[in-house]
Amino acid sequence: MQSGQTVAYKNKILPYLLLAPQLIITLIFFIWPAAEALFQSVMVENTFGTASKFVWFENFSYILEDSHYINSIQITAIFAAATTLTSMSFSLLLAVMADRVIKGSTFYKTFLIWPYAVAPAIAGILWYFMFNPSIGILAYFLQNLGYEWNHQLNGSDAMVLIVLAAAWKQISYNFLFFLAGLQSIPRSLIEAAALDGASPFKRFWDIVFPLLSPTTFFLMVVNVVYAFFDTFGIVHATTAGGPASATSIMVYKVFNDGFVGLDYGSSAAQSVILLLIVGFFTIIQFRYVERKVEY
Amino acid sequence: MVENRPWLNSLSHFVLFIGVIVVALPIWIAFVASTHPPEALLSSPIPMWPGPDLWKNYSEILSSGISSAGGVSVALMMKNSFIMALFITFGKIAISLLAAFAIVFFDFPFRMMCFWIIFMTLMLPVEVRIVPTYAVVARLDLLNSYVGLTLPLIASATATFLFRQFFMTIPKELIEASKIDGASPMKFFFDILLPLSRTNIAALFVILFIYGWNQYLWPLLITSEDSYATIVMSIQRMVMSAEADPQWHLIMATSILAMLPPVIVVVAMQKVFVKGLVETEK
Repeated sequence: MQSGQTVAYKNKILPYLLLAPQLIITLIFFIWPAAEALFQSVMVENTFGTASKFVWFENFSYILEDSHYINSIQITAIFAAATTLTSMSFSLLLAVMADRVIKGSTFYKTFLIWPYAVAPAIAGILWYFMFNPSIGILAYFLQNLGYEWNHQLNGSDAMVLIVLAAAWKQISYNFLFFLAGLQSIPRSLIEAAALDGASPFKRFWDIVFPLLSPTTFFLMVVNVVYAFFDTFGIVHATTAGGPASATSIMVYKVFNDGFVGLDYGSSAAQSVILLLIVGFFTIIQFRYVERKVEY
Repeated sequence: MVENRPWLNSLSHFVLFIGVIVVALPIWIAFVASTHPPEALLSSPIPMWPGPDLWKNYSEILSSGISSAGGVSVALMMKNSFIMALFITFGKIAISLLAAFAIVFFDFPFRMMCFWIIFMTLMLPVEVRIVPTYAVVARLDLLNSYVGLTLPLIASATATFLFRQFFMTIPKELIEASKIDGASPMKFFFDILLPLSRTNIAALFVILFIYGWNQYLWPLLITSEDSYATIVMSIQRMVMSAEADPQWHLIMATSILAMLPPVIVVVAMQKVFVKGLVETEK
């Protein structure tokens, strides 16, 4: 916050009126439910939902000992790592190439920007259709190569499906940021290295990639957050967590345990764990933004 | 260009071309499937080139939807999606502008506290507090209404934060001058601040329209009546019904229609969007 605002208006009521819509919505639909999640996470309801009692951290110790939840954490970690790695490496390759070409770069940009606008659920459906075991075009190619693809029965196939859909959707975002990062690297550095006889590959690994590390780090955080929290639609619309919980990532499990399993205590405890994870990433991101501003 | 390496230039174009194909393939396959009669999509390999039924398939879903998936017309779903997306977009922009205006240009008690309350929402995405939020909306009797569908999604720390950053770069002389001219704070807001924020508003419009249009989990929970169904959330039900009654030509036509508005917005406003995205989030 700026400290030297000497010209600020001094008005008793107006600022509160201006803030009121934002604050009221925030309090009713954000703070209140979050507080409720916090409250429910330390309570247990009886079977009829008529009474509940305070149980300290029983819900947490319960879910953290539950093999289904541990499994879900592992699946989420694999999913987030695979999605981030796939999407970022592919986008970086494209951005490096787009940074090289002068002719047609707008054309490429326009065509690579599309997936950003596609809803996660729709992205999931598109890949689900291409991998459909009986009529999917990719399943057909794999079959010709001798692999019987079936994401409805095979857990790893299902995981590959959601990773590809999630990574595909994120290509645009990563590409745009990598390209902006590449274009902000001073040309003189690269020219100097070229004069010294460094090959394009050597220049990339010794100069460009290290200088790009702030962008890479930022994108890594954004992609992990995306994989953790924005991919509910992909899972829900395609695999529905299956087969046999092989794709039951944490945000899907919170929803499923809460709305389908009606286990509010466990679902609330899961919510609180997810809140801590988001909080952690938000702080990292914010730290990063602040540090960048300094230099 | 640092040096001329023809083979490397060709390689670059080749890689980018492959990239464009990877990005476009799912959309192309969907489009092709949406132009064929159902018989063409019964066994592999399915066609790779558009068929004759484009008009027939699209007019069928727009008017009567898919009967095995509830038979809600896709035109109605798109209308609901537009209402939801536009309400969320303009709502977020409006209340964020006002909130940022108050935080940057006014001096009042609890200013920092208000700022932190708004900022905290960044850490509370719908997905993680889904059950209690649903309970709150149900208690307020807002299920199956446009208000329940949009209002809870309108609070935005990101937009407020963005406008705050931008307002802080506005020279103090402007405010002083407007004060000397005797303009009220709101006159300053409407006559000076709003016009200056045009570019930021346009960039945010793209990002928020896509955000609003693509909402999935929230409408899925809030709307149980078909008359409030949005297109993105309805796809799932169509796919589930496809297990028994494969209507892939119609499902893919719906997917294409669900992608069309946000894709048009992004491509049409590409320049302002790219600039806004890369600058604001960095």
